[in-house]
Amino acid sequence: MIRFLTHRTLQGIVLILIVSMIGFTVINLAPGGPLSQYAMTPGMSQQDLDRIAHQMGLDRPIPVQYLDWLVNMVSGDWGKSYRDQSPVLDVVWRHMWATLLLMGTSTAIAVALGTLIGVLGALKRYSVFDYMATVGAMIALSIPTFWFGLVAIFFFSLELGWLPAGNMYTVGDQSFSDYAIHLIMPSIVLALVNVAIWSRYMRASTLDVMDQDYVRTARAKGLPRWRIVSAHIVRNALIPMITLAGLQLPTIIGGALVTETVFTWPGLGRLFIDSLGYNDYPVIMGLLMFSAILTVIGNFLADIGVALADPRIRLG
Amino acid sequence: MTDPVLSVRDLRIRFRSGGRETQVVHGVDFDIRGGETLALVGESGSGKSVTSFALMRLLPEAPRCTIEGSVSMGGVNLLELSERRMAQVRGPRIAMIFQEPLTSLNPVHRVGDQIAEAIRFHRKMSKADIRARVIELLTLVGIPDPARRMHAYPGEMSGGMRQRVVIAMALALEPDLLIADEPTTALDVTVQAQILELLRQIQRATNMAMLFITHDFGVVAEIAERVMVMYAGRIVEQGSLADVLSNPRMPYTRGLLASVPRFEDAGLKTGPLGTIEGFVPSPDNLPAGCSFHPRCPHARPGICDGALPELAAHGAGAHLVRCARSDEPAFGAEPAEVS
Amino acid sequence: MTAIPDPATRTRFAIFRGPRVRKFMRHRLAMIGLLTIIFLTLACFFGPYLLPYDELYIDLRARFSPPLTGSHILGTDPLGRDIAARLFSAGQISLTVGFTAMVLSTLIGTVIGVVAGYFGGWSRIGLMRIVDAFLSFPSIFLMLTLAAFLKPSPTMITLIIAVTSWMEVARIVEAEVRGQSSRDFTAAARMVGAPHWWIMGREILPNVIGPIIVAATLTVARAILLEAYISFLGYGIQPPLPSWGNMLNNAQQYLDSAPWLAIVPGVAITLAVTSFNFIGDGLRDALDARSVQ
Ligand SMILES: Nc1ncnc2c1ncn2[C@@H]1O[C@H](COP(=O)(O)OP(=O)(O)OP(=O)(O)O)[C@@H](O)[C@H]1O
Ligand SMILES: [Mg+2]
Repeated sequence: MIRFLTHRTLQGIVLILIVSMIGFTVINLAPGGPLSQYAMTPGMSQQDLDRIAHQMGLDRPIPVQYLDWLVNMVSGDWGKSYRDQSPVLDVVWRHMWATLLLMGTSTAIAVALGTLIGVLGALKRYSVFDYMATVGAMIALSIPTFWFGLVAIFFFSLELGWLPAGNMYTVGDQSFSDYAIHLIMPSIVLALVNVAIWSRYMRASTLDVMDQDYVRTARAKGLPRWRIVSAHIVRNALIPMITLAGLQLPTIIGGALVTETVFTWPGLGRLFIDSLGYNDYPVIMGLLMFSAILTVIGNFLADIGVALADPRIRLG
Repeated sequence: MTDPVLSVRDLRIRFRSGGRETQVVHGVDFDIRGGETLALVGESGSGKSVTSFALMRLLPEAPRCTIEGSVSMGGVNLLELSERRMAQVRGPRIAMIFQEPLTSLNPVHRVGDQIAEAIRFHRKMSKADIRARVIELLTLVGIPDPARRMHAYPGEMSGGMRQRVVIAMALALEPDLLIADEPTTALDVTVQAQILELLRQIQRATNMAMLFITHDFGVVAEIAERVMVMYAGRIVEQGSLADVLSNPRMPYTRGLLASVPRFEDAGLKTGPLGTIEGFVPSPDNLPAGCSFHPRCPHARPGICDGALPELAAHGAGAHLVRCARSDEPAFGAEPAEVS
Repeated sequence: MTAIPDPATRTRFAIFRGPRVRKFMRHRLAMIGLLTIIFLTLACFFGPYLLPYDELYIDLRARFSPPLTGSHILGTDPLGRDIAARLFSAGQISLTVGFTAMVLSTLIGTVIGVVAGYFGGWSRIGLMRIVDAFLSFPSIFLMLTLAAFLKPSPTMITLIIAVTSWMEVARIVEAEVRGQSSRDFTAAARMVGAPHWWIMGREILPNVIGPIIVAATLTVARAILLEAYISFLGYGIQPPLPSWGNMLNNAQQYLDSAPWLAIVPGVAITLAVTSFNFIGDGLRDALDARSVQ
């Protein structure tokens, strides 16, 4: 187990390194590059630009700049935002909670609904419900998240007036119920795709478990049906889902990005789009790294989760 | 004679997959009495497991599988019970030991909990009483240090130990009938002997009836009072241990017996390697007449490939044989032509 | 049918024979999807000839006309341009981008997958680690970063989508090829000294074409969605050139007054993507080697 986790940690570090290289290369080789924001300022001469480039260390070879950046990053210095000179890590930290709140709520919804639909579909295979769930999942995967958000806002905010059209709280209110009411629409919109994915995998996993000999043993013991389903089918079928949850993290983060844009949610996705608009490279790079690290941590937690849930892995 | 614990009449089982229907069991009848062991033998694929699952209604649900006939226990046809009522039969009335000791236990639950679960849903007992009973059962099936081993996961136990856990689970409620589907085939010989001995002891103590499935006549001779031979979904010979083992009338039974080394000395004719030539026919492509005739050294055109022979009494006792030629006087002595 | 194909008699691209085609035709959703796509494509490429407006014609007097006003069947946008005309020409771009990106990413994915699966060893580990890296952060981040810094012409957007969408194909192909490489006929070809490229191209590829086609179909769906995402966020196809994504770009601010601005293009995207997903599902059923005896 310890060896496995060490191995996984190393793998994660290699992954983060590759991601950082790809990101760094893209940002620095792009036409314009980090200097483009100054180039647009009127009255800047080429000399001024060169001076700024030198000050920022941008005239050195890219690998040197990368190593420099890497050393700083590891020591906790992720650079300063071009926009307001505050440290990138602080900026990320400030916006992280909103995103985690949205992602957490939405994932909880997706897991609960997806599991329910997947298990019911498997238990009643080829029924009308199962067919509808299958087709429904395919359609859900085809709806652009942002458009679903727009349609939801149109109906529930503009037409019906039930829910706020955006933001995380009402200025001056900020009570728990105020947060909750703002959270409903974005988290459901973000959950849609994941409900679809989760229910498909859960269905397959459940069907797999239902054919296992130990389920027949459980039936032979004369257990009531709910007990067979909960303790012997769903319990076992959920194990591969933990791994899936880890692997789905990038999709959820990506979905959060557009969801936050539509619902003006003050999280990392909004921060990313804003930073793109300002050519704020340190923040963009920081967010790329942050999402990669989050994914690696997610997969690591998923590995531990699987080990906790499955004695074969824990003890093997 | 006492009433049978279980009586099966005209049991027929069909599977449906991809729009095609295949009948794998074609009208099986038998009774089992308390304290008695009935052995069910036959080659792989003859329908033994499917028959036994049908008794406990463990086969897939209606469209995928149809069970017809009757399985009566205490005057009730189990095939007509609701799933909820059937759940009350499984465990206290009929319990089962499965063919696959390695996969029959749920890998994510502790073995003690899996046994406790078998008790918990049928008896109102305190946690402590259940725990004591689990330890008692584990001791009974010969698992050393049961108070500790009950906390183990199946993955931490050997195949023999796991099979003992499954047996403990089956015996937990002292069932009226125990179905043992090749409980020892996957295990090595010493473990096999211990488990047989264990089952016999328990049976003596509780007057439990037992349906013992195997394809090993050595095991049959050790444990059974009566024997039933199955081929391609039909009973082809049935009778007391002495009838079937010492005076087999169906060439298929003889073939099976001949393939057991210890019965070769008994003067029975064996094939070249002591096995039956050919293969069990596929259930959706059974030959006309006697299902066994294409492989039978005694088959006669016009007799064996015409009508399906009845399962008829041979001699005075309860010895039943399904063979068109079993009553021919010379049949028993006639040497089989080696093909 | 024998389970192991005999190298001498094995038909190349055996996958396209009758039973599979029939099986696909029986898949109702896939047929609905196929018909929808044919209809959408025809509408987008020939529809504009039937309309009285072109997609760039600005009519300030007819701004914000709801659908079915006069000859504006789907209404007009904030500049009074005809939405039907824009929808069709946007569809030309979105479908072309989606299709071209699919071709490119399938090529990239297939090459990487075949090489990794065929050679195995370190090249496999190295390439698959890169696949993992690409999969381990939201590709929309990378895509937006690229799009924000490169000039977002349709060609560039296509390239960006292709560069961030090849990993699924690579994974599938790698797994299939790894299975194939160990089969007898590959070993036989290697024995007679056939060069690697020949074995990969002529022996292995025909046998993994089924999964590639399925993955490619699903990649079109994905590419259309991705184009919509980046264009919606303002980094994709740039106005005045219309795309289904950028038509939604400022639809949100008119959601209250002119909801059709948001609804019409969204329905088109959903319809196209759903159709490709249905087709992919049908192809998977039909081409999956395990499902046809
Ligand atoms: N779920 C099922 N669906 C379709 N056919 C089945 C199913 N289960 C069993 N069969 C078929 O029923 C026949 C009898 O199988 P069964 O498992 O009863 O044989 P068996 O006598 O127990 O053999 P063994 O000694 O190998 O255990 C076989 O032809 C098998 O293919
Ligand atoms: Mg069996």
